[in-house]
Amino acid sequence: MARAIETTTGGEAAARAGAQAGEGPGTRLAAALASRFVILVPYLWLLFFFLVPFGIVFKISLSHTAIAMPPYTPVLGLGEGLAGLFAGLRELSFENYLWLVDDALYLNAYVSSVVIAAVSTLLTLVVGYPLAYAMARAPGSLRPVLLMLVILPFWTSFLIRVYAWIGILKPEGLLNQFLMWAGVIDTPLLIMNTHTAIFIGIVYSYLPFMVLPLYATLEKMDFSLIEAAQDLGCPPMSAFWKITFPLSLPGVVAGCLLVFIPAVGEFVIPDLLGGSQTLMIGKTLWNEFFANRDWPVASAVAIILLLILVLPIMFFQRAQARAQEQER
Amino acid sequence: MKSLGSIRRSFAPWNDPQARPFISFRNVTKRFGDFTAVDDLSLDIHEREFFALLGASGCGKSTLLRMLAGFEHPTSGAILLDGQDLAGIPPYRRPVNMMFQSYALFPHMSVEANIAFGLKQDGMPKPQIEARVKEMLKLVRLEQFARRKPHQLSGGQRQRVALARSVAKRPKVLLLDEPLGALDKKLREATQFELMDLQQELGLTFLVVTHDQEEAMTMADRIAIMDRGKVMQVATPAEVYEAPASRFVADFVGNVNILEGTVSERSGDAATITGASGAQIRVENAGAAAAGSAVAFAIRPEKIRVSSRRPEGAANAMEGEIWDLAYLGDMTVYHVRLADGQVVKASALNSSRTVDDPLSWEDRAWISFAPDAGVVLTR
Repeated sequence: MARAIETTTGGEAAARAGAQAGEGPGTRLAAALASRFVILVPYLWLLFFFLVPFGIVFKISLSHTAIAMPPYTPVLGLGEGLAGLFAGLRELSFENYLWLVDDALYLNAYVSSVVIAAVSTLLTLVVGYPLAYAMARAPGSLRPVLLMLVILPFWTSFLIRVYAWIGILKPEGLLNQFLMWAGVIDTPLLIMNTHTAIFIGIVYSYLPFMVLPLYATLEKMDFSLIEAAQDLGCPPMSAFWKITFPLSLPGVVAGCLLVFIPAVGEFVIPDLLGGSQTLMIGKTLWNEFFANRDWPVASAVAIILLLILVLPIMFFQRAQARAQEQER
Repeated sequence: MKSLGSIRRSFAPWNDPQARPFISFRNVTKRFGDFTAVDDLSLDIHEREFFALLGASGCGKSTLLRMLAGFEHPTSGAILLDGQDLAGIPPYRRPVNMMFQSYALFPHMSVEANIAFGLKQDGMPKPQIEARVKEMLKLVRLEQFARRKPHQLSGGQRQRVALARSVAKRPKVLLLDEPLGALDKKLREATQFELMDLQQELGLTFLVVTHDQEEAMTMADRIAIMDRGKVMQVATPAEVYEAPASRFVADFVGNVNILEGTVSERSGDAATITGASGAQIRVENAGAAAAGSAVAFAIRPEKIRVSSRRPEGAANAMEGEIWDLAYLGDMTVYHVRLADGQVVKASALNSSRTVDDPLSWEDRAWISFAPDAGVVLTR
């Protein structure tokens, strides 16, 4: 009896399976299209908000300045037909890039930007690591509060926060007043309009970008590894350099990239805190666009900046992929 | 001469009053806030002993281990290792190594580098380190995996790397925190014997923390049964099983039937215990139980015989009904409900393929046992 029931249900199942197979191709196609569509959205996003603007900027960088609106020629378009478009394309040249090489100003600005960004990144790491470490080892109930405190500054305008630093750092500012009151110094420290002010500004502004990825890797780390290292005879400091730091490297790299990349092109902080003496590529770019109205040269500066930032990241990623492959 | 259990022991320094204990916990208390993890505990462990701390989770056994390793500090009391007070000595200077429950292998280092880590810390010369690492890899049979990273190994292999790393420095004491907890049953059984062989071979003192009584019984020379920060009994596996000191120990280790009653008659070592329903149990050795005192009679299921008729000449026999039964292959487990309603567990080894006296649900049945089959517990 039981056997009989089993066979009928078995038959039903087979019939159901057949029905499913029957509607198979249609639903599968729909599913395939749906999954394509999901991928399509980010691709479209990249196309419209990265590649198209990049193409436009690149095209402008190959154009010539003109006293016109827009301030460059040729303006490509189909107003004069295909022949006109090709004539316009033929006018494009790399002379703006040659100009960047000719004038030492640009090279100096690039080099100084990279150096300032690198030093600031290192300082941010030095300040951010202990913070992230303390957060990761804090009691679980306290961690959300600490995370909140790290993110909190974002709730105020970036510009206002950088302005506030002028009030702190200027010769008659809060810091100097405090130090002189405390008797540490007799004459005010000249911090405003120096590289030091820029470092302070960048470290302050970008600290969350360093702390958050570091916290994410440190929080995942198994702290019994530190106990194991100590158990095997490793004093705490040495255990940090042999275990904790190497294991947090992904966070260190991510944090450094997140700080370094925007810091190279930073404009507001050097403009407000660094004074007129500071040479940074962000300021140069701004001058070309708004003071000189030389859009083609400004665009060339922007394209080179992009290359400077993208190439090392690509090399880094390739090295990482190779390392991962070796492990396999 | 009768002896408890089936093993005759030649290694028993704990019975020698002259022997100096190797590890001594002296009135150790550890509090975490309001919670007392270890409560005024004293315990001696001897050199070359394989000692197990057995208890449910939260009984303080891991805290005890971590205090010996130096990761926790006693709130009061002292821990002595080889006569030296360990107070104030940081973990990295203690001649003790630990095998962690999670193994805690360094994920960014190869198997070799993991094993060599402790040796490098000691500043051992390079050729010696290489030789020692090779020896350790051979010991745990992982020679061909030396260059692998921990995530490329199976659970059992990782466990062996952790073991090799913790014994590489030849510590005076090896601490093992639930060493086999993450392994599956077959592998765990095989590894138990490997650990015992390793301990013999290296001549180290092993202190293992486990919640698995079978594991403790298999491996340890002596077991300390812990409950709520206190040691309930320290004894060999056979003593713990056959002569538990209290109801808690009897109940914690293995299966047991506990029959409550009072000592109604006492003559020499022998006594008669009368239950609430008037049933009488005659025991050969009632220990320290005084006449008239309330006691518990504890008897293991395998020491009770079940039959359909009253066995002749049995010292203790009671009639009941088969309440439940389970055939497990190697043995059959009976639950017999006595006249007073108490259900007694009994098990019979299926030593032959056929049974002469088959029993089924609701059959009348007799249970019987010898006068020395159970123990009288006063605590």
